[in-house]
Amino acid sequence: MLNFSKINIFLIYIIFILVSFFSLLNFQNEQEPLIDKKVNLGLDLQGGSYLLLEINSDPLVKEKIQSKVIPLKKLLKDNNLNYSNFKISEKSLNLSIDNIEKFKLLLFSTKDNFLNPYIDKYNSFELDLKILENNDVQVLFSKYGLLTINNSALKQSIEIVRRRIDDVGTKEPTILQRGEKRILVELPGLKDPERIKNLLGKTAQLNFRLVKDNDEFGIDKLITENGENLNISKRIVMSGENLIDAQPNFNNQSNQPTVSFTLDRLGAQKFGRTTTDNVGKRLAIILDGKIISAPSINEPIISGSGIISGNFTFQEATDLALLLRSGALPTPLDIVEERTVGPDLGEDSIKSGVTSLIIGFILVIFFMLFKYKIFGLVANVALISNLVMLVGVLTILEATLTLPGIAGIILTVGMAVDANVLIFERIKEELKTEKSIVHAFDIGYSKAKITVLDANITTLIAAIILFAFGSGPVKGFAITLGIGIITTLFTAYFLARHLTSIIVLNKKEGQVNL
Amino acid sequence: MQRNIDFSSKFKIANILSLSIFIVSVLFILFKGLNYGIDFKGGTLIELRADSKNVNISEIRSSLNSMNLGDVNIKEFGKKGDYLIKVEQKTGNNNELISQIKKTLINNLNAEISFRRVENVGPKVSSELLQSGIIAISLSLAAMLFYIWIRFEWQFSVGSIVALFHDVIITIGIFSILSLEINLSIIAAVLTIVGYSMNDTVVIYDRIRENLNKYTKLNISELSNLSINETLSRTIITSLTTLLALLSIFIMGGEILRGFSFAMILGVLIGTYSSIFVATPVLKFFKVSYKTLEKKEEKIVP
Repeated sequence: MLNFSKINIFLIYIIFILVSFFSLLNFQNEQEPLIDKKVNLGLDLQGGSYLLLEINSDPLVKEKIQSKVIPLKKLLKDNNLNYSNFKISEKSLNLSIDNIEKFKLLLFSTKDNFLNPYIDKYNSFELDLKILENNDVQVLFSKYGLLTINNSALKQSIEIVRRRIDDVGTKEPTILQRGEKRILVELPGLKDPERIKNLLGKTAQLNFRLVKDNDEFGIDKLITENGENLNISKRIVMSGENLIDAQPNFNNQSNQPTVSFTLDRLGAQKFGRTTTDNVGKRLAIILDGKIISAPSINEPIISGSGIISGNFTFQEATDLALLLRSGALPTPLDIVEERTVGPDLGEDSIKSGVTSLIIGFILVIFFMLFKYKIFGLVANVALISNLVMLVGVLTILEATLTLPGIAGIILTVGMAVDANVLIFERIKEELKTEKSIVHAFDIGYSKAKITVLDANITTLIAAIILFAFGSGPVKGFAITLGIGIITTLFTAYFLARHLTSIIVLNKKEGQVNL
Repeated sequence: MQRNIDFSSKFKIANILSLSIFIVSVLFILFKGLNYGIDFKGGTLIELRADSKNVNISEIRSSLNSMNLGDVNIKEFGKKGDYLIKVEQKTGNNNELISQIKKTLINNLNAEISFRRVENVGPKVSSELLQSGIIAISLSLAAMLFYIWIRFEWQFSVGSIVALFHDVIITIGIFSILSLEINLSIIAAVLTIVGYSMNDTVVIYDRIRENLNKYTKLNISELSNLSINETLSRTIITSLTTLLALLSIFIMGGEILRGFSFAMILGVLIGTYSSIFVATPVLKFFKVSYKTLEKKEEKIVP
């Protein structure tokens, strides 16, 4: 085990130098990096906000099932199917029907089926039919129909979340899909996430609807901010989809903050027609079911632009303009998890992490020197190389270093010497019976090999599973622990063994002091 | 240094001790329960720093009283002027809760306040985190046992599982007795303990297996003694270096890592003890000998 071929020695040191080189990249000039790779600091170390958002697709499902009512009734009428007890519920349409077999054929026809399109991607129809007792049936979304609704809502939400966050202008935000219903948002360096939370918490569905005078059919009763009761028509004149721009502004006369908007061609047409036909009436501007304002239409607005006034502060006007520009979320978002670390705590954590790393390191180094003398030095060289390589691998992977990750490194320092301790103790035993020192070292290394491997593989298994199933801090810890084990094996079995062989082969018999 | 300590004569008393601590731990976990942090229970956590000596726990409590938050836990956290506030999970939408608490504190406390850390975990997420924690622990136990089973005989696998359960349950039991918080990083600690304890056990088992083939005439008690003594200095040295590193995190690593490093220190001590006094006696119980090894080999070779 002490004989190394030249090619082996070359390989060991070339690997060591290459990997170590990467650890140096963390100290290069940030403006002009030679190779743009470095270890990223986690939010717990650099400060920032982590938000986990969840879409709630229930309201969307309700909306979508309602949109099936007219096509379904048309299908029934066109094919002379008699039905009764038609009811719309949250997630399904219920009815009684005489000829269920015929209805089934029509519902699941692949030809020009507008009511129930076939989703090629999943080999499934959008709608499903449940046959209840008597002639009662239930039309509802199939598993894949729901999935399609959910996925498109999620994709759209991510896009809009991204637009809103980019518009606020935070540095290097991360916005990712997590699972089927969630969006992960990481905002490094953000001190106070309240404004962003506020912006993400609004769906921002904007409607323009006419105010009606009397309690006729098809109205909603809403209250303005001034406490005025208004009857608002259910018919939407125009919605936020037709907006192409919105900017905060000040009213020329009152100096009140306002939001000015510009409409697309279709929106301008609709808006122009409605305002022309309804001069003198009031038009309510409704955001997420609440009236912002309900001004009177003084003259036709055909220019395709307008102004929303309300009791805004300038900040509110700015945020409203931002929300309108970025578009409406298809469905509300809930913040299901939030973690924010202030920058000063992050700095403190780095400081205490690094301090304890250095102290633990020094303690272990002195202990090993004291215990194994010159071979303690070998173990320490291995330990330092181990740390450098560990940082190098983290850099190559562009891993994120967290506080638990630093703990993982410190633990690696403590446990890394184990491999060398196992080997040295084994050699000591062999020295008792073996006359030739070189031979004792040789046997010691080969006998300890199995134990070292067994012992480290078990810990590596724990680290891999932690990484695969753990979340947040657990993952950060698992990365450094797992890589630490691999670099430990390399440094103990290649670097330290080669250094040991140099010492042993150059010493005269009887002079080795372990 | 030639050590010759008679470990196997102390197996019985050690086993009685282990069993009683184990039972006490189980009873505490079952009846006193665990102090779950917001990661697993849901809720809101706020760490704040006030730069005035006027602020104290009762003042923070009284300023939050008007908000009807339910169970609020406030304690000093590390340095003077640092406080940790924990609010139980409330049903319904929590999107506004944090900003309301912050506003109330800023308005009512007569001091400059900075919010160092704010965490809010919803009920769905917290139950998922707990579930994935339990899955991670169970899977890693299973994977390691499988590895031992392949590398050694089944008796060794049983020995290591007994030792691991011993370590994990007693560590969690001590957390229950001392009402220490169980959060995500404690799960990481428990898993590392599992890895460490396994590591320690494997080293001794490896030696026992080697000695079984070397000294065919010795019985398992003598073999255990010999193997434990032979590996003892390694066991002590590795525990010491690991403990040195952990102590430095415990003392210098700051408040956030304290629970984690405490669990690890406990785990290293318990894990070292269990490899000698729990895992090895199991082999004695199964009367592992040169012959039990041989029999297995005979089965394989027809």
